Amino acid sequence: MLHIVVCVKQVPDSREIRIDPKTNTLIRQGVPAIANFYDMHGLEEALRIKDEKGAVITVVCMGPPPAEKSLKECISLGADRAVLVTDRGFAGADTLATSYVLGLTIQKVAAEFGPVDIVFCGKQTLDGDTGQVGPGIACRLDLEQLTYVQKVEKIDQEARRITVHRHLEDGVEVVETAMPVLITALKEMNKVRRAPLPGMIRAAKFKPVIWTTQDFPGLERAKIGLKGSPTIVSKTWVPEQRHVDTEMIAADTPQATAGLLVDKLWQTELPQRFGWANGSEV
Amino acid sequence: MSEVAEENKKKAADDMPDWSDYRGVMIVVEQRAGKAASVSLQLLGEGRKLADKLETELMALVIGHDVRHLAEEMIYYGADKVYVSDAPELKDYRTRPYSRVCLQVLRDVKPEIVLQGATATGRDLAGAIATHLPTGLTADCTILDVEPHPSRLLLASRPAFSEKMLATILCKQYRPQMATTRAGVFEALPRDTTRTGEVITVENTMKEEEIAAKVLRFIEETERFNLEDAEIIVAGGRGLGGPEPFKMLQDLADALGGVVGASRAAVDAGWIEHKHQVGQTGYTVRPKLYIAVGISGAVQHLVGMQNSDLIVAINRDPDAPIFKTANYGIVGDLFQIIPALTAAVKEKRVLIPQSSAQEGVTHGKI
Ligand SMILES: Cc1cc2nc3c(=O)[nH]c(=O)nc-3n(C[C@H](O)[C@H](O)[C@H](O)COP(=O)(O)OP(=O)(O)OC[C@H]3O[C@@H](n4cnc5c(N)ncnc54)[C@H](O)[C@@H]3O)c2cc1C
Ligand SMILES: Nc1ncnc2c1ncn2[C@@H]1O[C@H](COP(=O)(O)O)[C@@H](O)[C@H]1O
Repeated sequence: MLHIVVCVKQVPDSREIRIDPKTNTLIRQGVPAIANFYDMHGLEEALRIKDEKGAVITVVCMGPPPAEKSLKECISLGADRAVLVTDRGFAGADTLATSYVLGLTIQKVAAEFGPVDIVFCGKQTLDGDTGQVGPGIACRLDLEQLTYVQKVEKIDQEARRITVHRHLEDGVEVVETAMPVLITALKEMNKVRRAPLPGMIRAAKFKPVIWTTQDFPGLERAKIGLKGSPTIVSKTWVPEQRHVDTEMIAADTPQATAGLLVDKLWQTELPQRFGWANGSEV
Repeated sequence: MSEVAEENKKKAADDMPDWSDYRGVMIVVEQRAGKAASVSLQLLGEGRKLADKLETELMALVIGHDVRHLAEEMIYYGADKVYVSDAPELKDYRTRPYSRVCLQVLRDVKPEIVLQGATATGRDLAGAIATHLPTGLTADCTILDVEPHPSRLLLASRPAFSEKMLATILCKQYRPQMATTRAGVFEALPRDTTRTGEVITVENTMKEEEIAAKVLRFIEETERFNLEDAEIIVAGGRGLGGPEPFKMLQDLADALGGVVGASRAAVDAGWIEHKHQVGQTGYTVRPKLYIAVGISGAVQHLVGMQNSDLIVAINRDPDAPIFKTANYGIVGDLFQIIPALTAAVKEKRVLIPQSSAQEGVTHGKI
C-alpha cells in the first residue's frame, strides 16, 4: 500500500495580523493559529489517493506543543498517524534548518512505519512564506521534486511513476516522474473536505507521536535551530505610506473632465514611452 | 525564548569568516524556448547596480537548449560574463539536470551573490541549490542593496506578514548569499548592443537516462495575460456593479495599451477572474499608470498597487480613501467618465501627427 507523508505547519493566520498605527508594530493578540491552508490541500490530495487506491497517511509537523491542535485536525479528516517534532533546540529555524529536521523526521518515519512513496508539502506557509522547505526536503532525501502542482493526473503503482500538472506563470506543464516524489500543493488542487463525525471523535482522543532532539541519534546540533540557520532577520519595518499631493480634476461635463485628465497624461513621459504619440488609430 | 535572543545577538556579533574567494554577482537566467524571462532582464539591471557598488563583475548563467544567442543578449542587458550550458537534455526545465549545472558553476566560479526570479521555476531551482550548497536563501525580495567592501553583505528585503511589513534578511556565515526576487519590481537596462563581454561554455554532464522526470507537454495559457508585468492597468471594483461594465474598462485599457485589473470585491462577486485581482491576496503590481475605477482603496488593495508610478482614481465618493494615494482624482460617476475618457484618449491619439512618432518604443516591460 502507498505510504504518504504530509508536512503540515501550524501558523499564525497572518492575514488577520494588523499593524498598530501608533507604534507601527504587529498586533499579534487574538491572531488565530491555524494549519497552514496550502498544507491542507496536500492532505486532501493524500486523502483522495487513499480513497481511490488505499494508502496510509502520516502527517508530520515541526513546532511547539500547541501545534498538536493542527495534527488533531488532520486526524479528524482521515490521516492515520501524526508525528510532532518538538524541542527548544529546533526553535529559530529558517528554511535550511527546517528542511534538515523534516528530512530526518521523514527518514525516521520511513524506518519505523515503512518506506514512503509520496511527500506532500504546501506551496508555501503563511508565516515563512518562502516555498523553500519543500525543495529543501526533496534535496535532503534525494527525492524527485514536483513543485506548484495543481493536479495529480495519474499514479502508476506498478511502474512507480506519477504524472502531475504544474502551474507556471505562462501555462501548465504536464510532468511525469519516478516515485518516491515530493509534491508541493496549490490551492487549486482540490477542495478540502469537512471532517466526518467519526473522525472528530477519533481526533478528540488522539495523541500524536512526539519526537525530540533525543530521538534522532545522528542529529547534528550545528544544523538545527538558530545555529543551523544561515539567514538572520536584521530588521523589520512598516513601509511608509507614500505621501502624494492629489490633484483633483473637475470640469462641467464628464467629457471636459476626461479631456483635462488626458491633457495631464499627455504631459508625462507616458505617450512617448508607449507610442501613444505615434498618431496611429487604435 | 530569551536563550534564543541571546544566541541571536552573539551570532550577529560574530566576526565574519574570510570570504575573499567569493566575488561577483551571478544572475541565473530563466528562459523558455530561447526567450529570457522579463524578470531575469530586470535582475540584470539591478545586479549591475549591486556589482558596481561592490566593484565586481556581473555574471549570468544561461541553461537550456539552443540558447547560445542568449549569451550575447545578457551582455547587452548588463552582464560582463555569461556562462552557457546548452544541451538537448536541458531543453525543458527539470530540477535535477538544471541544479547539477548550477551547482557545478557556483562551486567553480564562487560568486558572492546569486539571484534569480521568484517564479515557479526560479523558486524550485533556488530551493534545491541552496540546500545542496548549503547556504541561506531569501525568498521573494522586493528591495536589494549591498553593504560596500569589506562586509559586502547582501541586504535582501522582502514583504512579511501578508505584505504588512518589510524585513531585511542577511546571510553572514555562508557564501554565496542567495535570493529570489519578484517580477516587475526592478528595471532592466536599455538593450545596448555595443556592450561586450566574455562567454564561457559549461558542459552538461547529466545524461537523459539519469533523469527520471519527463515533461510530457506544455499547455500555454491561451490568453497571454500577465498582470504583474503590465505597465498600464485599468482596475475596476465594486462600483462597476456587475460583469458587463468591465467591457468598458477593457475598451479604455485597449486604447491605452494596457490590461484590466480588479479589486477583491469584484472578483469575489464573480464579475472577473482571480488572475485580475490586485492586492494582498491577488497580485502586487507596479505599473507606470494605474487607473482605479469604482475602488474604495482598502489597505489590502493599496498594498498591491501603491508603488505604481502614476495613479488615477475615479470614484463618486469624494471621501474614498483611494484619493489619498492617487496623483489625479476625479469625483464622478464612472459610467459617464470612463466612456468619455476612452473617447478622449482615442481622439488625442489620432490628432497627434505621425512626425512625432518614436522609433523602437517598447510596450512590454521586457
Ligand atoms: C485577508 C484579506 C485580504 C484581502 N485581500 C484583498 C486583495 O488582495 N485585493 C483587494 O482589492 N481587496 C482585498 N481585500 C478586501 C478589501 O478589504 C476590500 O473589501 C476591497 O478591496 C473592496 O473592494 P472595492 O474597493 O472594489 O469595493 P468597495 O469598498 O465597496 O468600494 C466600491 C467603491 O466604488 C465607488 N462607486 C460605486 N459606484 C460608483 C460609480 N457609479 N461611479 C464611481 N464610483 C462608484 C464607491 O464610492 C466605493 O468607493 C482583502 C480583505 C481581507 C480581510
Ligand atoms: N515546521 C514545519 N512543519 C511541517 N511542515 C513544514 C514546516 N515548515 C514548512 N513546512 C512545509 O513546507 C512547506 C513550505 O514552507 P515554507 O518554505 O516555510 O513556505 C509548507 O507548506 C509545509 O508543507
